[in-house]
Amino acid sequence: MSPTNHSSSPSVLKARNLAKAFGSNTVLKDIDIDIHRGQVVALIGPSGSGKTTVLRCLNGLETPDGGTVTFGGTGVDGDSSAGLSIDFAAKVGKKDVAELRDRSAMVFQHYNLFPHMTVLKNIIEGPVQVQKRPRSEAIAEAERLLERVGLADKRDAYPFELSGGQQQRVGIVRALALKPQLLLFDEPTSALDPELVGDVLGVIKELAEEGWTMVIVTHELAFARNVADEVIFMDGGVVVERGPAAEVLRAPRQERTKLFVKRLQHDV
Amino acid sequence: MDWDLVWSSFGPLITGAVTGTIPLTLASFAFGLVLALVVALLRLSPNWLLAGIGRFYVSVIRGTPLLVQLFVIFYGLPSMGIKLDPWPSAIIAFSLNVGGYAAEIIRAAILSVPKGQWEAGHTIGMSRPQTLLRIILPQAARVSVPPLSNTFISLVKDTSLASLILVTELFRNAQQIAAFSQEFMALYLQAALVYWVICLVLSTAQSAVERRLDRYVAH
Repeated sequence: MSPTNHSSSPSVLKARNLAKAFGSNTVLKDIDIDIHRGQVVALIGPSGSGKTTVLRCLNGLETPDGGTVTFGGTGVDGDSSAGLSIDFAAKVGKKDVAELRDRSAMVFQHYNLFPHMTVLKNIIEGPVQVQKRPRSEAIAEAERLLERVGLADKRDAYPFELSGGQQQRVGIVRALALKPQLLLFDEPTSALDPELVGDVLGVIKELAEEGWTMVIVTHELAFARNVADEVIFMDGGVVVERGPAAEVLRAPRQERTKLFVKRLQHDV
Repeated sequence: MDWDLVWSSFGPLITGAVTGTIPLTLASFAFGLVLALVVALLRLSPNWLLAGIGRFYVSVIRGTPLLVQLFVIFYGLPSMGIKLDPWPSAIIAFSLNVGGYAAEIIRAAILSVPKGQWEAGHTIGMSRPQTLLRIILPQAARVSVPPLSNTFISLVKDTSLASLILVTELFRNAQQIAAFSQEFMALYLQAALVYWVICLVLSTAQSAVERRLDRYVAH
């Protein structure tokens, strides 16, 4: 898939001036992000650059100290819902955070599957317990998604019985089952053995082709070049450079981006 | 030794276990666990006042003898106008006691569940109470079975203290037969034997529960 221009699609997420400090340590400063429907944004940067914190702010796992997050109106599967706007400079209530979480679903670096539940139960837990969808419908949907990622036969397995790559694919299915507007991936392949990385990246690439809107924190630059429409390079809690994937990764303008891209490509 | 007496004493001892020791243990453990969960959550609360109340409770319960707690409730409270029968007194005292000890076990077990599990619960849209109930506690339960079994087995034996506030249970029956027959050694060894058998059964049950809860862990 060649990256396409999504700027004419409806806006899914607009974040402005996100700021976050842990004590006296500033981890995010003036972060702006725009994501349109069907767009894939890759967040790259050295460890400690704040890219994971950005992702966690978007999902309400961290509360920014300032800035605004605005979600647009309509879900990816076409059911319409109202927009949502949160100003983090004001007091943010539990309800705001809950609504923010409803908009996106996170895929974690260490999968974070529920070890006491089978694969199927992991997937239907959110749809059944939180979204109150009928159990039979949730099961059918989960089975369909498992089939898609090649894990139909693992339906009744416990997470410990799966390889890392399989666990992460279940993690992705668990997120998809929630039918979020936005999928967030936090270094989804960093904990995997090298030979398992391809499977997981393959699934993510398919989702991109299907039109899912995604933000991916990753160290896989080749993958980002392939799949992302936009690349945002962060360092020291600020956005250093952003633009179409091909430009930022092939011909970075900023010195820090050049260094980072060069170093990572040397590793490969 | 009067062997006929020894044999015929097992009847009242076992009756004491079945109608005294065992129900007293079960009731106190059940109430105690509920209390322990509440105290553990207090201790884990970000609110310093609630956390302080939890800490204070655990400190008092663990810092004073069970026998003293029992006597305060049964012999002490009547002077404040609160008169309780032996059974309710015993159940209250043992429940409060279990609540203090088990609270620490449950608190540690909750803390042993990785933070990522809370986050995974939140990211699928669960509130804190929902995540606690459906994601965290089932995993904490597995970790807490061995130490809670310890508490449970201790409780079985501690209920013998209830004989001192006139609850008719295994040990009180042993004492009464011993006093009237003067066969102290035989009766107390018999009582010890019955306690031991109860605890053996419990240990077996513990293994079964552990095996069941271990089914989702790699071996």
